[in-house]
Amino acid sequence: MEEGKVVSQSVQDSAAAYSIIHERFGAAVSALDANETMPFFEVVDTDRWVEIALFMRDHAKLKFNYMACLTGVDYPAEEKVGIICNFESLAQLNHKLAIKLKCARKGGSIPSVACVWHTANWHEREAYDLFGMTFTGHPEMKRILCPDDWEGHPLLKDYKVQEKYHGIKVPY
Amino acid sequence: MQELDTIGQGSVRVTRKSDKLVILEKDLATEQMVLAMGPQHPSTHGVLKLECLTDGEVITEAIPVLGYLHRCFEKCCENIDYPAVVPYTDRLDYLAGMNSEFAYALAVEKLLDIEIPRRAEFIRVIVAELNRIASHLVAIGTYGIDLGAFTPFLFCFRDREIILGLLEWASGARMLYNYIWIGGLACDVPADFLKRVREFVTYFRPKAVELQELLTGNEIFVKRTHGIGIMPADVAINYGWSGPMLRGSGVKWDLRRNDPYSVYPEIDFKVVVPDGKHSVIGDCLSRHLVRAAEMEESLKIIEQCIDKIPSSEGFNSRSAIPKRIRPKAGEVYSRAENPRGELGFYIESDGKSTKPIRCKARSSCFVNLSAMKDLSKGQLIPDLVAIIGSIDIVLGEVDR
Repeated sequence: MEEGKVVSQSVQDSAAAYSIIHERFGAAVSALDANETMPFFEVVDTDRWVEIALFMRDHAKLKFNYMACLTGVDYPAEEKVGIICNFESLAQLNHKLAIKLKCARKGGSIPSVACVWHTANWHEREAYDLFGMTFTGHPEMKRILCPDDWEGHPLLKDYKVQEKYHGIKVPY
Repeated sequence: MQELDTIGQGSVRVTRKSDKLVILEKDLATEQMVLAMGPQHPSTHGVLKLECLTDGEVITEAIPVLGYLHRCFEKCCENIDYPAVVPYTDRLDYLAGMNSEFAYALAVEKLLDIEIPRRAEFIRVIVAELNRIASHLVAIGTYGIDLGAFTPFLFCFRDREIILGLLEWASGARMLYNYIWIGGLACDVPADFLKRVREFVTYFRPKAVELQELLTGNEIFVKRTHGIGIMPADVAINYGWSGPMLRGSGVKWDLRRNDPYSVYPEIDFKVVVPDGKHSVIGDCLSRHLVRAAEMEESLKIIEQCIDKIPSSEGFNSRSAIPKRIRPKAGEVYSRAENPRGELGFYIESDGKSTKPIRCKARSSCFVNLSAMKDLSKGQLIPDLVAIIGSIDIVLGEVDR
């Protein structure tokens, strides 16, 4: 955080929540990016993601009971894909925090948190469908928006649409 | 009943004779049947397919199959400028185009860090609330049809037509408006618009009550929805439910109040939750009651906005719109309370391009629908229709 800058209450709340997580998990999480629009940190050690998720949901001072959104993202420059999760303590502590995770662009995987928040179930399927990373431990890891036999993952920056799908011309 | 358990694996057919169960047939072979509901089924409100595993009349599992209306909204956004995304957002939840535009405009404005004229804020809220009423009218009307009540549907569409007429007058389109732009509005409302809106409010208030009586006074409707598809509050939150669905489960949560945006903090309205007197909290009837009561709250909001709105003198609806929309590098997750719940936009900008690097729409219907598997377990097939109707899905937003 830069000195002398006015920091809004919601960012302060997020920073307080982050410090509890950082205290418990240390180097497994990165430093907090306390920007005004969406304060976030990254889970560096993705193997501990489920553990962190459970801690976030159940700790008395965190209570992140609501996963608002899970977004898949492509980082072609780093040869990585990732997800961004937006959390909130709904109707309890009312603070928000976003978390990023990254994995290898080809054949990478991230542990699934569908067992922690039901919201993650379909969102992780969507991220897999559009970006191609798999979620280990997910109860039903298959496509959700595209047909099951679609080729490629459409939201990757270098995606090329298939010529034909069941004999039908695809690009127009 | 104990002897019934010991007689074999298959089902039995029994009859009751003077307080005793007499077995007529035993070891009846039953098998699970797969029943495909949709994608062309009228009760699934669009192109949703439900693969139901049924044991007789009872559903053991209902798996939603989506994607029939997938149009790569997010991929489209990466290839067009920020303002050009607005018409696409109309096509997400096509029953509440104004609200979707509003949510998107808010997200980009947060990224740009700009203030918009006060009159524009009020007009936005007025059109968004009008659209909310129109959307709830469709939800309530079609829900009636699902459960066999035809008249409310006609009443709903009669009144919705007036709202669509008003919005058409302001924006030029009936459903896909492209009216709320980033940084302002496409144009100011016509001269007599606010007067006509006020007239509509006076006209609609008794009609809403009448509509409410028509459904909740209908015993068939109540019997079909009361105690059906109950969702406890904590599970609803864990599923990420929002909007009338979450409030139906008794959680007093409304983004207009709990994460306020635009001019909502200045406006007095009630966050509706069921009181548990007429319905079981969290059931289909609760969700219906919340929607019905929300229309009245929207009317209140509209009235207050018309009272408080600054005059159109010297107002330019495009004065705050930047010439070239190119936000500085950063990302934002911003959301708004739509008729169906939280519509969120995650937008990432690299600071160089006039196109978003990533634009994700967090759809409320998509999330609400994901609970279908749990909601439908052990329900009867006709109750499944009641449950889908109460979720009030718009497939345009589910599939994006």
